Amino acid sequence: MHQIFFWGFALLAVFSALMVITRRNVVHSALFLISTFFWVAAIYILLEAELLAAIQILVYAGAIMVLIVFTILLIHVEETKIINPWQRQRPIAILLGVFLLGEIFLILSRALFPESIAGTALQQVAQEGNTEAVGKLLYTKYLFPFEVASILLLAAMIGAIVMAKREIEK
Amino acid sequence: MVLVKIIIILGVILLVVAYLTYLERKVIAHLQVRIGPMRVGWHGLLQPIADGLKLLVKEDIIPEKADKWVFILSPIICLVPAFVVYAVIPFSQHFYLANINIGILYIISISALGVYGIVLAGWSSNSKYALLGGFRSAAQMISYEIFLGFSIIGPLMLAGSLNTLKIVEAQSGVWFIIYQPLAFALYLIAGIAETNRIPFDLPEAETELVAGFHTEYSGMKFAFFFLAEYANMMVVSSMAVILFLGGWKGPFLPGIVWFAIKVGAFLFLFIWLRGTLPRYRYDQLMRIGWKIMFPLCLLNIALTGIIYYLFL
Repeated sequence: MHQIFFWGFALLAVFSALMVITRRNVVHSALFLISTFFWVAAIYILLEAELLAAIQILVYAGAIMVLIVFTILLIHVEETKIINPWQRQRPIAILLGVFLLGEIFLILSRALFPESIAGTALQQVAQEGNTEAVGKLLYTKYLFPFEVASILLLAAMIGAIVMAKREIEK
Repeated sequence: MVLVKIIIILGVILLVVAYLTYLERKVIAHLQVRIGPMRVGWHGLLQPIADGLKLLVKEDIIPEKADKWVFILSPIICLVPAFVVYAVIPFSQHFYLANINIGILYIISISALGVYGIVLAGWSSNSKYALLGGFRSAAQMISYEIFLGFSIIGPLMLAGSLNTLKIVEAQSGVWFIIYQPLAFALYLIAGIAETNRIPFDLPEAETELVAGFHTEYSGMKFAFFFLAEYANMMVVSSMAVILFLGGWKGPFLPGIVWFAIKVGAFLFLFIWLRGTLPRYRYDQLMRIGWKIMFPLCLLNIALTGIIYYLFL
């Protein structure tokens, strides 16, 4: 049962991801990207990472994609159709692809050993539930990276406000 | 068993939503010293059924220049999240569909998706009024979703759980509205804005935008938007009852009756507000949200944290 669901969700996720990069209409691409997020969230639920699934939908499908769709809708779709989508992106795409592959191999190699980080985290989650475990880890063991990420986000937010204000003053 | 429950819940909600339109027309009529629908059935009681039949058999028009697939998909995107969230709402101690640990988070994240239906409906109609309505709605819903989420952190801190059943159980002694009056007020304002109701119904301001995002819709697709709006009103009311008013708890009567009474009171408040208040201007709406509501939400979280740490 688990297996069937996993393959169903995985195939749908990959199919949606392929549709994202092959659609000519950006709005349709965006819609398929939302559905990709959804199927990935479904896989998280199969892995019993329910908090992660909820956050995935809330933050990515719910918040970030709304802003992206919002921006896309302001562009005239007809104009963007003419441009060649592969322009000058090849070297960057290859570089990113290599990075991602490396990351996947790293995670797979770690997951094969039972004493890995993933293993201990799973035990903790099983003991006290998702939300509590993630919360505790974020505020104890991973406090420093958590704070660094917060400061990064704060800096980006201030940057965005400053840039927007400059536009208005002109 | 679960399937039977799903059918019961969906059936009851659809019926309640249909009669909510009747209630709204009647209550507003009496607020304005009119009598409202009277012709179909006793005091117009069969009016919602007549309306439903009418919408079902009406001609379904898709504008020629519209993006056909997105145009058809939008009402569905709007309606489905509004109904799916009932899965985790506990109607009484024993009557609920799913008991999951992330209950409240699930409601918030799923209902956040409804905004796509509205934005895409506005865009795919290929009409200026609809597009403007869609944009307004998107900006409004994104902003007020943030306040909605932040305003419920206070009660969640007191409950110490995201599970809807545990939140209600945590209010066995005192309802959270006593401890969290500020959070309750903020939640109510954000909830009204989130459902695009008066005084925050700018996405469909008739005087400026014809009917806003659903200008081009007709027949059953139009009805879907309507159903979604009323179903969302009930979700917001149910969440308020769970988070602030002790859910199904109350003396003498069975839990499900108490739940219905409390939700009904909120729905009446929604209608009452519509009959009483004028509409805000768009810049006022954004200013209220970001400059008043948001700081107050943060203040409430900080105060709750400090008091919780010092006294409990």
